[in-house]
Amino acid sequence: MKTITLPGRYENLVKISEFIRQAAQDAGLDSFAVYSVETAVDEACSNIIEHAYGGEGHGDIECSCSVEAAGLVIRLRDHGKPFKPQNIHAPDIHAPLKKRPSHGLGIYIMRKWMDDVRFEFSPETGNLVTMIKHLERKP
Amino acid sequence: METKVTSYKHCDVVKVSGRVDSATAPQFSESLQNITDQGRFKIILDFSSLDFISSAGLRVLINTQKTCKRYNRGEVVLTNLPPNIYAALDLSGFTTLFQIFDDVLTAVGNF
Repeated sequence: MKTITLPGRYENLVKISEFIRQAAQDAGLDSFAVYSVETAVDEACSNIIEHAYGGEGHGDIECSCSVEAAGLVIRLRDHGKPFKPQNIHAPDIHAPLKKRPSHGLGIYIMRKWMDDVRFEFSPETGNLVTMIKHLERKP
Repeated sequence: METKVTSYKHCDVVKVSGRVDSATAPQFSESLQNITDQGRFKIILDFSSLDFISSAGLRVLINTQKTCKRYNRGEVVLTNLPPNIYAALDLSGFTTLFQIFDDVLTAVGNF
């Protein structure tokens, strides 16, 4: 398992992306799957900074990757505010322009582009997002 | 991320390169707002060198489209979409909100 821990600042998103891209390539994902994992992680980390920490410079993001039986498993941990995932509604992506909300796409993209997304919240160990991308089994 | 603006008589072409994420989206937004603040609302975005766009970048696109389309004074159109970028736009339901052209020349001809 590989891990990096970085201060929750938007300028660090590019470093997390590079770390994730390398891990996804090493896991053998194709270029579109690599891009989708990179995007999902970027969305999750942006949400941690914006919502869990309420802004930049309020805490770290710990990001780890490992290849397990389920596939490429990415875990993101923070020590900010927990939230209720069930309260986040999917955006209406068919709404006309005037009614199209400009927020709410992040979690939607994570759920669409990863095979599994789970949120856990613990007063002791903080908030944990676990995302899994299945690996195609070569015949 | 970098943006390079080329102004034509009827429209502005903005070539966007690199990464548009939460760190760079404010800068992306500012460069588009510089154009709309001049009363110019026909904008062609050239994404040929765009490596990555997150929902923060998509938010800039939708807000700029809302500004440009108001009073039917113009619109934002997209060109040269790399496959990954197209997939992100399509997933988010953006391909119905923006006209997409294969290249800048065709897009300029459209205005």
